[in-house]
Amino acid sequence: MDNMPVTEAVPPLVDVRGLYVSFAKQTVLRDITLTIPRGQTLVVIGESGCGKTVLLKTLIGLIRPTLGQVLFDGHDLSKLAERELARLRVRYGFLFQGAALFDSLTVAENVAFPFREHSHKTNAEIDRLVRELIAEVGLNENVLRKYPAELSGGMRKRVGLARALTLKPELMLYDEPTTGLDPIMSDVINELILRVRQQLKMTSVVVTHDMHTAHKVPDRVVMLYPLARLGTSEPQIIFDGTPRDLERSRDPRVTQFIKGEAGERLMEMRTQFASAESMMKGR
Amino acid sequence: MAATAPAAVPGENPAASRGPVGAVAAWVADIGEAVIALITTFGDVVLFGLETIRWMFARLPRKDTLLPNFYQIGVLSLPVVALTGLFIGMVLAVQSYSQFRVMRLETRLGAVINLSLVRELGPVLAATMLAGRVGSAMAAELGTMRVTEQIDALSSMGANPIYYLVVPRFLGCLILIPTLTIMADFMGVMGGYFFGVFVLDIDSHHYWVNSQKVVGLFDVASGVFKSLFFGAAIALISCHRGFHCQPGAAGVGRAATSAFVYSFVSILVLDLFLGILIDNVYMSLYPEGIRFV
Repeated sequence: MDNMPVTEAVPPLVDVRGLYVSFAKQTVLRDITLTIPRGQTLVVIGESGCGKTVLLKTLIGLIRPTLGQVLFDGHDLSKLAERELARLRVRYGFLFQGAALFDSLTVAENVAFPFREHSHKTNAEIDRLVRELIAEVGLNENVLRKYPAELSGGMRKRVGLARALTLKPELMLYDEPTTGLDPIMSDVINELILRVRQQLKMTSVVVTHDMHTAHKVPDRVVMLYPLARLGTSEPQIIFDGTPRDLERSRDPRVTQFIKGEAGERLMEMRTQFASAESMMKGR
Repeated sequence: MAATAPAAVPGENPAASRGPVGAVAAWVADIGEAVIALITTFGDVVLFGLETIRWMFARLPRKDTLLPNFYQIGVLSLPVVALTGLFIGMVLAVQSYSQFRVMRLETRLGAVINLSLVRELGPVLAATMLAGRVGSAMAAELGTMRVTEQIDALSSMGANPIYYLVVPRFLGCLILIPTLTIMADFMGVMGGYFFGVFVLDIDSHHYWVNSQKVVGLFDVASGVFKSLFFGAAIALISCHRGFHCQPGAAGVGRAATSAFVYSFVSILVLDLFLGILIDNVYMSLYPEGIRFV
């Protein structure tokens, strides 16, 4: 243990220190340091493959850091035994990209799952709470008996949200909540994110590349950049500020992302096309 | 060889482009890599098994996860195991009849068929059918759950995926494979009997008397005992393959195929070693030696 003064009243809910994550020979996250205070809604943006989802999964200990620490309410996740980690995860909610509902269970059983796992409530009580949660995410009660395969993408996401909210989490993690949804359903999801945050006063981390979400939902935006496009000494977090700061950013990498411009990627693609064509001709 | 070797492609072993010596070196390196991968996977499956056994005793399995798996593994496998058992018994009768008739030992057929059934073919056949029917299905199901993040979802809700997904399947295979083995044995014995007595016209009385002289409880029990190990291996290997499934439809397909292949190979390897072990036990129990068939 280091001799830091331990008199600080409350540690931040999430504290990421010098995080490195590598798979096989590929490093995805490099030296990420990030503190998320209680009650904040943080949106992490960045293009596909920049390590956003990996970051989200390290926050809940689904992926172990190669180096560095992830602290949740002062607990170092990598130092916890499996059982302690499981106990800590009750304080998390996680909405997966494809909602990750259990196919073999009905909607009602899916939403009831955390209750059955972690509480001693009676069946009648669980049934009542499940109905409440389903209503809270704006779904009709007749979905309760359906199986996830019978639902649309947006409905599945909302059921996933209801399931993640069952135990009133302190930290809610959203993995691309609006990906694959139509603009209207995306806005419904954004509204739900805002609403549950107000109701439950929780901390949220939203990983997305939907700029609409990045403007509407957060107190703070962080942008990650793919390591393959960075020099060895450049930091991977290329932006950290409010949504308003994001608008004003002069960094071309940030502005390109916000406006959805391919920029120098188009040039790269053209040279690749050209070389492919010359290879074809050579043959 | 030209003095200026072409520049090695990044990521490729530079030794590979240096003539015959390099080719042999690359070949040795490839074999080494495969051996390391094999040992790592084996160790991983063993650890996975220990974790499963730990969770089996840590918390009582839930009825609602146990029963569907028991139904899937036991009840739904019964017809196919019975059918294959029946035919294997008949095939044994066909194959050995002509040999035995030359020696005028037709009535000894019962002993041969029934002994090989209860000691070897019954357990191995039941296990192979289980690996094909249930093992690959389990790998595909768990693989799909891995790919669609359902296994991560379980963990994220503070539930243990091994407890929820592996323990019920493991218990299902372990508890039900002896019953499937007995079914295969029984149907095989019936198949051999009907074909031998009614088609090949062997004397029924002597057929059974000879069987009774040779096949004992020890033989049936040894077959059932072996099946426990086969069941455990099928469940662990298949669940392990599913848990370590690669992304995409191709990944799920590969998980299912490799679950069957690995299960089948381990059934045969286990069969050899358990056979040797059981023989030693038999010799120490009955020192007068092998009974004359």
